[in-house]
Amino acid sequence: MRAGLAHAWTITKKDLRSELRAASAVITMVLLGFLVVLVFSFSTEAGSKDSALARSGVLWAAFLFPGLLAVGRSFESEKEAQCLEGLLLCPVDRGAIYLGKLLGSLIFSFASGFLVLIFFTVLYDVGLGLKWLALLGVMFLVAAGLAAVGTLSAAITAGVRARGALLTVLVLPLLVPLLIGAARCSVVLLGPEPWNGLGLWPVFMAIYDVLFMAVGFVLFDYVVE
Amino acid sequence: MPAVEAKGIGFSFGPLRVLRGVTLSVERGSVLTVFGPNGAGKTTLLKILAGLLRPSAGAVRVEGVELSEDPAAFRKLIGVISHYPYLYPQLTGRENLEFYARLYGLRQPKTDARDMLETMGLSSAMNRQVSGYSRGMLQRLAVGRALLHGPRVLLLDEPFTGLDHEARENLTALLRTLRSDDRTVLMTTHDLDGGLDLADRVAVLSGGSLVVDLPAAGLDPAGFLALYDEAVAKGRALATGGQARERGRVGERGRS
Repeated sequence: MRAGLAHAWTITKKDLRSELRAASAVITMVLLGFLVVLVFSFSTEAGSKDSALARSGVLWAAFLFPGLLAVGRSFESEKEAQCLEGLLLCPVDRGAIYLGKLLGSLIFSFASGFLVLIFFTVLYDVGLGLKWLALLGVMFLVAAGLAAVGTLSAAITAGVRARGALLTVLVLPLLVPLLIGAARCSVVLLGPEPWNGLGLWPVFMAIYDVLFMAVGFVLFDYVVE
Repeated sequence: MPAVEAKGIGFSFGPLRVLRGVTLSVERGSVLTVFGPNGAGKTTLLKILAGLLRPSAGAVRVEGVELSEDPAAFRKLIGVISHYPYLYPQLTGRENLEFYARLYGLRQPKTDARDMLETMGLSSAMNRQVSGYSRGMLQRLAVGRALLHGPRVLLLDEPFTGLDHEARENLTALLRTLRSDDRTVLMTTHDLDGGLDLADRVAVLSGGSLVVDLPAAGLDPAGFLALYDEAVAKGRALATGGQARERGRVGERGRS
């Protein structure tokens, strides 16, 4: 167990280092998120009746595009020079490889989401406070779900030529329940509704994340074989 | 006990039978070269021996260990040098070896990586990103990666492809050293000169069947070339016959 976690962390560190050196991918991710926030800011009117609903949609669209790029990238570096084979030759549990890749995707998608949220906060005049922190927590739950589903899907599509398009087709339908939960939470957190409007949505999202992480952990071995 | 033992290995991609009951054994401290034309199944055989692919039939033992019994012990026994270096272009040579050293559970990953870089003559380039390495440097680093954990068995897939004369000579010298160090080498190639030069035994894989397996002593390149052509034709005939029999069986099933 301890060795597996150490292996997973070694893989995560390697992914973070590789991606940060290929800076263009990280910059593209963040710029894409900023662009979505900016473009939608021209068409949404602050203080309008449906403002919280519209802003919620903008936030998750701006989070999702760079997030999908992040999970897609997680197997790009492994495909270069067939490094995935080199990884599979090592005496490392397949579950640890999945966990390492998942953590890397989670850190990248959450970090880009965090930057997008700051930009969103400034542009849409969102108040800072407990609700903002709660919004960050919801973003973490979405990032974890995206990383869990995306890592497994990226492994499935790693050997396919049109993997970018296929990854989106595979991931988005699976993310629908999570995105519904995220949208419900953010409507409450961005609008005047009281906290109890959140209901059990955060719990539902956490269960979704754990469930898909467990499924990915079990299925990863079959996928890479 | 042989270092590598494969019994009745079969492998199919859907209806295509790539390997048909391949049986081979390699004695400890010896070199077996498996020759064969393109598409003979050499890379598939090597991937099965390395534990990257599961065979449809048969079993593989390395130093008496079967993959399903103890995957980690099996993988620690093997080092693989492929067409691909398995190195991350954005990482430096040192970072690449340290990464693999950690995954192989070496006690001193930093020291072991540094020592291996020195052995491979790459000390001066160890802090450069691998994307800036020449083909020869990449090959040396790939060999270093494969030997880092001290594997007892080395599997090489077309190791001479794309190497210049000097890099070829260096690789040949290294493989000789490994043999004298009691390590076992199994190499697949269609390079007759390079493959024959090192081998203790030679085998020919054609049409998914191992049609020749004999000692290399006394074989000269010209004589082996004639034998090789004959063996390739025999393997192809076996594969074609097998397919025809298979089609016949399907036809009979269709009529009944």
